[in-house]
Amino acid sequence: MRRVAGLLALAAGPVLVLGVLFVLPVTGMVAQGFVVDGRFAPGAVLDVLARPRVHRVAWFTVWTSATATLLALGLGLPAAYALHRLALPGRAAVRAALLVPFVLPTVVVGVAFRQLLGEGGPLGFLGLDQTPAAIVCGLVFFNVAVVVRTVGVAWEALDPRPGQAAAALGASPWQVLRTVTLPSLRPAIVGAASVVFLFCATAFGIVHTLGGVRHATVETEIYLLTTTVFDLQAAAALSVLQIVVVVVLLALAARLRATPDPTAQRAVTPARAPRRADVPVVVATALVLAAMALPILTLVLGSLSVGEGWGLDNYRALGTAGDDRALLVPVTTALVTSLRTAVDATWMALLVGVLVSVVVTRRSHSVGERRVRSALDGFFMLPLGVSAVTLGFGFLITLDQPPLDLRDSPLLVPMAQALVALPLVVRTLTPVLGGIDDRQRQAAASLGASAWRTLLTVDLPVVWKPMLAAGGFAFAASLGEFGATSFLARDESPTLPVVIFRLIGHPGEMNYGMALAASVVLASATAVVMLAVERLRVPGVGAF
Amino acid sequence: MLGLRDVTVRYGDTPAVDQVSLDLAPGHVLAVLGPSGCGKSTLLRAVAGLEPLSGGSISWAGADLAGVPTHKRGFALMFQDGQLFAHLTVARNVAYALRLRRTPSARVAARVRELLALVGLSGYGDRLPGTLSGGERQRVALARALAVEPRLILLDEPLSALDATLRERLAGDLREILQKAGTTALLVTHDHEEAFALADRLAVMRSGRLVQDGAIDEVWRRPVDEETALFLGYARVLREDAARRVLAAAGLPGAPAVALRRSALVVDASGTLRAAVESARVTPEQVRLLVRADGIGVLDAVAPLGTRVSPGDEVTVRTDATRLSVLPVAAHP
Repeated sequence: MRRVAGLLALAAGPVLVLGVLFVLPVTGMVAQGFVVDGRFAPGAVLDVLARPRVHRVAWFTVWTSATATLLALGLGLPAAYALHRLALPGRAAVRAALLVPFVLPTVVVGVAFRQLLGEGGPLGFLGLDQTPAAIVCGLVFFNVAVVVRTVGVAWEALDPRPGQAAAALGASPWQVLRTVTLPSLRPAIVGAASVVFLFCATAFGIVHTLGGVRHATVETEIYLLTTTVFDLQAAAALSVLQIVVVVVLLALAARLRATPDPTAQRAVTPARAPRRADVPVVVATALVLAAMALPILTLVLGSLSVGEGWGLDNYRALGTAGDDRALLVPVTTALVTSLRTAVDATWMALLVGVLVSVVVTRRSHSVGERRVRSALDGFFMLPLGVSAVTLGFGFLITLDQPPLDLRDSPLLVPMAQALVALPLVVRTLTPVLGGIDDRQRQAAASLGASAWRTLLTVDLPVVWKPMLAAGGFAFAASLGEFGATSFLARDESPTLPVVIFRLIGHPGEMNYGMALAASVVLASATAVVMLAVERLRVPGVGAF
Repeated sequence: MLGLRDVTVRYGDTPAVDQVSLDLAPGHVLAVLGPSGCGKSTLLRAVAGLEPLSGGSISWAGADLAGVPTHKRGFALMFQDGQLFAHLTVARNVAYALRLRRTPSARVAARVRELLALVGLSGYGDRLPGTLSGGERQRVALARALAVEPRLILLDEPLSALDATLRERLAGDLREILQKAGTTALLVTHDHEEAFALADRLAVMRSGRLVQDGAIDEVWRRPVDEETALFLGYARVLREDAARRVLAAAGLPGAPAVALRRSALVVDASGTLRAAVESARVTPEQVRLLVRADGIGVLDAVAPLGTRVSPGDEVTVRTDATRLSVLPVAAHP
């Protein structure tokens, strides 16, 4: 009982933070739909769910997400094998490069794909611009990294001996893959698939920039309903639908995620030299890499093209507010705002994330304690899948009166971004902390170390690198955050993604060129951060 | 039959296995014995086709196995810890190789029953590997390896993961099962007890090289050098004068070096060596002594249970010629 109380005391801070900054806004947003004139009226919400347009939007969300998930798996699995099991030259750099799309700002991805598929783009002849296919491509581009990471890390830790035992029993390489390797990887594959589906189904920036007005998913529809149509009831109904689906999926993913067994050695199998039989996998990986590089390359070339020739004019223009006064502030100012906001968001996410990770990974002594821990674990994962649009709008309508009047606080945007980054931090740190054998702490304690000293000798040496990596990851994610920020950022201090979106929506060739240049700058900033993170060689970053 | 010719496996520049040549005739069980890190497991993996050779060749019935992948060699490999497939039941594990060959399911079921009976685990078919004890898991791994009657079974320290009593029992069972199935087997181990319990031929490896091989009793009686003798369980090696004195006491011609087992000297009134007792310890079967003999030094000796001796006592000891081994001269390090 004492332990449970202690646990709750330690968890109180993060729970309070998440309660005020997440649960309150989201319920506030949802309540808009259910409470009409001060009375609870769920009937109207149910009516919304019966609308044909809602059915169409929901179906579109499901099928694009499912298709994108399958494609991401199909492209990601061979790459996961090649990059985590084969000793290919330069594989560390390739692994880092493949992680970049995942933290690339969604707006940038959208711009890059429009540049690639639009009229005059290198693939413009395919006529895919503003089609569902373009959206699926964008989603796949964004999520292949998740599959490569999640499955690759599991594959790396897979003991090769059962496979060798199977081979000695007469199983061909293909049969070994089918009967031994894939069953062992199933938790990782299903986990990756469910997370990717989640990301696809709640993607906002990509769909918003690529889908135009013709194609809407649940997420963009919520945005449309709240900002343009002001049909809050319908928006709330869709939010609820989304939350239910997300919770179910997260619960499923949590069940399938293998909890690390601290007594088992987490050995990483040394990569082996590629053989002739590996050629198809290596070729497939090279193709994936090329496909990933194409949109980025188009983006960079686009940003450098001026009229008929090449030049840095678009970059020079970043010091201005754009043609026809598209913006209130120069793009450079927005970049500074972005960096400052991301720094704030990072320390907040780390502070809360470390506390959460410690709370959920400490060994439980009773069933009750374990239940509390796993409930907390699930609770802190929620921001991963709940619509950033819902969150952003919820912030606006609930945190607007004393004592919680944060509308004018400069910390409002960082707080929202920290919430979005929190699950990434927790997911990076929990496997590391959970992987520490509790007997190490007991040994330290039995040698006379205090609780604080134990933390310093046992936990800190293992966790400091992952903490840095998680920080970098959170920083990159905040830098590119668009969904919630687009609601909360004030017009006179927008972040870079917000500015980019405004620039592509504003007519004028110069504005579009500036959007491309700004996208390159933003992409470079996140890429640099991610490369630094990759250098820390923390295996869990980007794996779910 | 299995033939190894100058087999060499290198990791970078260091050879893990260095020009090893061996032959194994059908129906025999060969133990490769050596300290950990001597390259014996690498040798086993090379035979299984899991380690590429840097030199030499491995053949079966005269046909070179270079380029034949593991799954086409027909050699079953049994790992130290069994390596059962955790997601499959015991029956599915045993049936694994049979299913790969698309054996009709009625035949599979019958064969699985038969194999589980052979390893003494009838009725365990529906259990998952996680619920089995270490010994049971090893038995299942053995049944799985035997399922398709491999031409050769490769055993990597099959008993060393088990505790002492279990090891002894399973060693007997394993030998009987291998004999009953008439399987040719190659096993590697660092434990001479395990080798003696299972094999009829023995090869001793050290630092990647093969130092001795032959029938097990022959190797055991005539170790090729001091290190091998000590590794095979000899307690002490005497040289020069000390060696000559002990051999003379046993009525044997003199030699520069001799290896003694712990029971080579027996306290006996009819003995010819006089020694002073340094310490005595009672074991379930005999009394073990450390004695100091003039001109020889400290030696191990045994006495029948019930012999009353204490440190400082003078005793006479008899030398048992069957429990010592004259080492070749070249063995001097």
